[in-house]
Amino acid sequence: MNGLLILIPVALTLGSAGLVAFLWAMGNGQFDDPDGAAIRILIDDDGGDDGHIG
Amino acid sequence: MNTHMPITRFAPEPKGLEDTRFSVPGMRCAGCIAKLENGIGAIPGVAAARVNFTAKQLAVSHDARIDDRGLISEIGKLGFQAQPLAANPLGQDGEERKRLTRALGVSAFGMMNIMLLSVAIWSGAVGVTREMFELISALIAVPVVAYSGRPFFASAAMALRYRHTNMDVPISIGVLLATGMSLFETLKGGRDAYFEGSVMLLFFLLAGRVLDAMMRDRARAGIEALLRQQAPGAMVLDANGATQWKKATDLHPGDRILVAAGENFAADGMVEQGHSQCDLSLINGESAPQKCDIGDVVLAGAVNLSAPIVVRVTAAGSNTVIADIARLMDEAGQSRSRYVRIADRAAKLYAPAVHALAALAFAGWMIAGAGWHQSLTIATAVLIITCPCALGLAVPVSQVVAAAALMKRGILVKDGSALERFAELDRALFDKTGTLTLGRMTPLDLDALSAEQCSVALALAQASRHPISRALHHALAARGVSPASVEAMIEEKGAGVHGIWQNIRVSLGRPGGALSGSEAATRLSIGEAHVDIRLSDSLRPDAAAAIARLDALGVPAAIISGDRTEAVDEVASALGLGARAQALPQDKISEIRALQAEGHKVLMVGDGLNDGPALAAATASMAPSSATDMGQQAADAVFTGDSLLAVPIMVSAARRTMAVVRQNFALAVGYNILAVPLALAGMVTPLVAAIAMSTSSVLVIANAIRLTSAAR
Repeated sequence: MNGLLILIPVALTLGSAGLVAFLWAMGNGQFDDPDGAAIRILIDDDGGDDGHIG
Repeated sequence: MNTHMPITRFAPEPKGLEDTRFSVPGMRCAGCIAKLENGIGAIPGVAAARVNFTAKQLAVSHDARIDDRGLISEIGKLGFQAQPLAANPLGQDGEERKRLTRALGVSAFGMMNIMLLSVAIWSGAVGVTREMFELISALIAVPVVAYSGRPFFASAAMALRYRHTNMDVPISIGVLLATGMSLFETLKGGRDAYFEGSVMLLFFLLAGRVLDAMMRDRARAGIEALLRQQAPGAMVLDANGATQWKKATDLHPGDRILVAAGENFAADGMVEQGHSQCDLSLINGESAPQKCDIGDVVLAGAVNLSAPIVVRVTAAGSNTVIADIARLMDEAGQSRSRYVRIADRAAKLYAPAVHALAALAFAGWMIAGAGWHQSLTIATAVLIITCPCALGLAVPVSQVVAAAALMKRGILVKDGSALERFAELDRALFDKTGTLTLGRMTPLDLDALSAEQCSVALALAQASRHPISRALHHALAARGVSPASVEAMIEEKGAGVHGIWQNIRVSLGRPGGALSGSEAATRLSIGEAHVDIRLSDSLRPDAAAAIARLDALGVPAAIISGDRTEAVDEVASALGLGARAQALPQDKISEIRALQAEGHKVLMVGDGLNDGPALAAATASMAPSSATDMGQQAADAVFTGDSLLAVPIMVSAARRTMAVVRQNFALAVGYNILAVPLALAGMVTPLVAAIAMSTSSVLVIANAIRLTSAAR
């Protein structure tokens, strides 16, 4: 029983942290460009090869 | 991640920073993103440049030193074509999707936490622990239902206000009753709390709605990227001969406008100076260019082809022929808004049945002497079990999967209802110019030319902006011909281009002989040797195959065009189709109405302004991406690329989608037939309800995923 008194608030806090993070990401436009986010990793910052695939 | 961001941060605070968005359809890879962001970001006066790859857009934040045209030419230097976009076309629609996604996030949070507690209850928690868990569940569920349920409650309230019923009515009643009942149970310390059931229901249904909204937004963004968004306008000449740019809406009858070769007319008018040809194909479907000399009438929307002319405006703004067509289109579109979507048709049958069943269960158990509390619990269980969770997912999931598959094939479907209407078609009407044909001139007999002639022709054609030269340039460049080095090239308006190649005079100019039908030609001269290159607006590469496939699908086609009879007959006999020529926009609508009155479901495929009303009036409609803005906006689906096979692919994909939707309905109803007797007998516990609900949803989704191969 005592364990529950700690664990339930912990579970709820973690859950709400996830929810807040999701809502923040939505508002911040993190989901506006999913395709771009996937291929931006291929950009070389040092200006070498221009990241062409294929 | 963003190498140019420091520029923003350390730049002195600029005054009046403007944001401009461009559509850049040519970006394909990570290299393009880097090139655009670094290239444009490095221009003095630009604070930041950010690419949205999904929407193929570039957002530039810049100060007043640079204008749109300057930025477009800078983007052009990087090797991309750009179009400026209106201020914020996506604002409203994106908002709807975001609202739904937020609700989905909240319901997911609620569902996970309540499920955590419910699993403990199901595995045998008793006494104080159980009571506390149910209380916490209630504390989570009530605000979550209040927030996440709003889209459904609002839509159900709206439907009830107009005395309709839609899918949201049984959903709202089920969720509200289950939550209310469970709250009452929890406060009384009773056994049956359905919090996880009602929140899970909201979660699954919201997932369907979010997918639906995403599909609409994506297609809309794709179509917006294709639209040429520049505000139409014209150079107005004043009495002193000075020119000033005015928007089309600011033009008045009596203004004199200067229209350069290649520009659209912004208003109806009469030619005052100059001789040119104009292309009316987008207005009336006529493929051959028309002469316009002094005193001739020109129409807004036509393209001035060969030479600059001065036009006195006779009608502008809402009085032009185009504006009349737009009005006709608005009226024609109203019949389509009365279309009832399949989910709502199902709800019409389903909702009364479910509610009657629940009422019956309540009455039955009351008569059997179970007491009103137990009777109400059982009635609630019936509602939860029959709540159209799988039904609510059946339609959107199938349509989203099919639309994604079609998008990969270059077909943009505007919304789910379009897929439903495409599945019902049994007649097709095609416009000719730009739809069955490519809508641009292509050379007919390039094979007859020697390699030498080809490369000289390419060099000359490159130097000119005349439509025939451009067509020749396009076709020769596509064949991999490299241009000869022709010197001293001069373009003479109306006469052609000439130059010197290996000390011989070479030219591309007016043809010798007379032309037949819809053909155009140009004469290539090298020294004293002449050869005529004929060009015509040829059929799309697989027009015949597409028509045959449509026929096999039970959708016989016909042509309805505004072009001259001879030009239409040529195409009609080549494809073996019935045809009607010289049809006005009104005629096209009445033809469609006549077919619809006979009970046919008509597909209209067209591209021009004159097709707009017909596209809006037809049961379903499609336009190529080369169509006018108006055509693309009126059509349900837009296809990119030259192949007309997109039309039968769209029809058969729509049919497969609806077949899967029907299977999904059958699955959902079949599951209800199994589960409802249990619920009526009072044997459904919250655990059974939760398992049944998620199983049927997963089944429906799995079945829909089979549609990834629908676009074949």
